[in-house]
Amino acid sequence: MEKFQTITSTCVPLPIENVDTDQIIPARFLKATTREGFGANLFADWRYDKSGAPISSFVLNNSTYSGQMLVAGKNFGSGSSREHAAWAIAGYGFKVVVSCFFADIFKGNALNNGVLPVVVSDNFLAKLFADIQSNAKTTITVNLEEQTIRNNASGVSESFEINAYKKECLLNGLDDIDYLLSKKGAIEAWEKAHEA
Amino acid sequence: MPSTLFDKIWDAHVVTAVKNGPTQLYIDRHYCHEVTSPQAFDGLRKRGLQVFRPEKTTLSPDHNIPTLFQDQPIKDPISKNQVDTLTRNAQEFGLTMYGLGHAKNGIIHVIGPENGLTLPGMTIVCGDSHTSTHGAFGSIAFGIGTSEVEMVLASQCILQPRPKTMRITYNGKLQQGVTAKDIALYTISQLTTGGATGYFVEYAGEAIRSLSMEERMTVCNLSIEMGARGGMIAPDETTFTYVKGREFAPKGEAWSKALAYWQTLPTEEGAVFDREVTFDASQIEPMITYGTNPGMGISIHASIPSINQIDPAGQISFEKSLKYMGFAPGEQMEGKAIDYVFLGSCTNGRIEDFRAFASIVKGKKKADNVIVWLVPGSWAVEKQIRAEGLDKILEDAGFELRQPGCSACLAMNEDKVPAGKYAVSTSNRNFEGRQGPGSRTLLAGPLVAAAAAITGQITDPRTL
Repeated sequence: MEKFQTITSTCVPLPIENVDTDQIIPARFLKATTREGFGANLFADWRYDKSGAPISSFVLNNSTYSGQMLVAGKNFGSGSSREHAAWAIAGYGFKVVVSCFFADIFKGNALNNGVLPVVVSDNFLAKLFADIQSNAKTTITVNLEEQTIRNNASGVSESFEINAYKKECLLNGLDDIDYLLSKKGAIEAWEKAHEA
Repeated sequence: MPSTLFDKIWDAHVVTAVKNGPTQLYIDRHYCHEVTSPQAFDGLRKRGLQVFRPEKTTLSPDHNIPTLFQDQPIKDPISKNQVDTLTRNAQEFGLTMYGLGHAKNGIIHVIGPENGLTLPGMTIVCGDSHTSTHGAFGSIAFGIGTSEVEMVLASQCILQPRPKTMRITYNGKLQQGVTAKDIALYTISQLTTGGATGYFVEYAGEAIRSLSMEERMTVCNLSIEMGARGGMIAPDETTFTYVKGREFAPKGEAWSKALAYWQTLPTEEGAVFDREVTFDASQIEPMITYGTNPGMGISIHASIPSINQIDPAGQISFEKSLKYMGFAPGEQMEGKAIDYVFLGSCTNGRIEDFRAFASIVKGKKKADNVIVWLVPGSWAVEKQIRAEGLDKILEDAGFELRQPGCSACLAMNEDKVPAGKYAVSTSNRNFEGRQGPGSRTLLAGPLVAAAAAITGQITDPRTL
C-alpha cells in the first residue's frame, strides 16, 4: 500500500445523505475477479445514461469540480460490505472522503485501501459545501499525522479521530495481513487452549 | 460484573489486542461466495500463502446463479467466470464448496444454519453484509470486505475494533398477521439506516423470545440496514431444538458439552449496554417501504410523510428518493398498483416464508398483471416446499417455483426488474437500481408480498 501523505486539494461535492454502496458501484459491476478498473464505473447509474453517455448534471461530469477529495452527506457508504465501493473510489483517484457520518464496513474497507474517511462536524460539512458551491477552487488540507482537516477558504480547521493502529498503517503503507501473519504463534496457542 | 451475550463471545475469541488499536479476533466459521472472494484468493497466491484452517471455510456460489436451467452452463460469460473462479479456488486451496447442482447449494446465509454449520457462541464472518443473519443463534456474525476475507483465509483471524453494544427490547405480543420482517422494517424506520452504526445489537423481550429460529434470522439479517455491525439473539430452547441433529452440529458427548456452554451465554441480569431502546411490539403493523433506503418504511395503512416532517439536512435526499420512486409526499401506499413480486433472498427465502406466502394465496388466483418470482433460499428449502405440497398450492394459484439463489434481491443474475416498474420484494434493500437499473423496490414481508401477488396492488394481507 502507498504511504498516505498530507494532501491539499480541491473537492468534489455530493451533498446527498445515505449514499449507499449500490450507488457507489452497482451490483452488475461486481462480476470482476480483479481489483482494477472499478473507477470507470464509480456512481455509474448517476453518472451515465442508458446509452452510456455522461449525464451533465452529475457532479463527476461537471468540469468545474475536480480533486482528490470527495465531500458527501451524512451516512456515506451505507449498505453492502462490497469492498468494490472502496476500490471504485480509490480507482477514480479519490484519496479522502469527507462526511459527518460513515457506515462502518465502508469505513474499514476504505482504510484497507488507502482511502482516508474523515469525519467532520455537521457545521464544518455545511460550511464546506457552501464554500465549494460559491468557489469551486476551494481547497481543503488533510494532515493525517496531526489528524487535522482545514477548510482553506474559511480558515476553519478541525481535528478528526482515527484509530492509532490504522493511522500507523496508512502513514507507513502497511496492511493488516502483515500484522496477522506475525502472530501465527499466538493463533496456534489460542487454538490449543480452545480445543474441544 | 454481569456481562452481555456479546461480551462473553467476544472475550472468548480475543487472540491478542493491538495497543490503542483493534482486537485480533479468532473466527470459528468463514462463509464465502463468488463475488467478494476472487481478489482475496489472488492475494494469497501473490503472497505464496495457503489457507490457514481450510476446514473452517465453506463456499457456495449464490449471487450470480440463474434461477432456471441450473443444470446447464451459466449463459452470462462474466457470471460464469466468477462462479468458475470460486470452483478453481476451492480446488486449489482444498476448501469445501457446494457448487451448482449440489444438494446443499443455496444462499450461503441459508445453507449455513440448515446444515448446522452456524452454532451458538461462534464468531462467524463472510464477505457479505447480511452475515448478521447468523446472530440469530447467539453468535457474533458480521460482514467483512475482501481484504478481510484474505486475512481470515490467511490467519483464521481478523482485526476489529470492539463495537459498542445496544439492546433493543420488544415488550408485549405481536398482532396477528405481523411478521418478523415487519419487526425489522419498523425498527429501522424508527432508528434510521444509520441509527445503530458502531453498535452490535442484541434483540430481546417477549416478542423476540416467541419467534421461531427462521423468524429470528429475518430480524438479525436486517440489522445491517440500520448500520449495526450485527444483531444477535440469546440462544434458548428454540435455538437448541433447531440445531440438534443437523449434519455438522455436535453429536453425543460433544453435544452435551456444547449445550452446557451455550446455556451460559445469555446476557446476565444487570449487564450494561452502551445504549438501550424499547419498543411496544403490539404497536407494530404490517410494513411497507416507500423510498430508496430500508429506513423509509411505514405501516401499510399510513401515508408517506410530508416534506415538513423531514429533517432539513435530509430534504434533498427525501425529494430525490420520492422522485425516483414516482411517489408524492403525503400519498397513501395501500391500493397502489405493482408490477412484480419477489419472494426469496437471505431475508425471506426460508421454508416458513413459503408457508406464509402459500397461506395467503391458497385457493386464490394470481393477479394477471403481476410477474412473480418465487425463489427458495436453498435446494433444501425447495425440497421441503415439495414435500409439504406447497408447490401444488402455488401452482393452483398460478405461480411457478424457480431454482435457488440470491436472484432478484440484487439482480446479479437475469432476474432484473425493468426500469420504472414496481416490485414488492421480501429482500433486504430498496436502494436505487438494486433490482435492476431504474427498478423501484417496495420492501415487505412474505404476507404482504402474497397479498400483492393476488390483488396486483399494495394490500393489507389481513383483509384477504
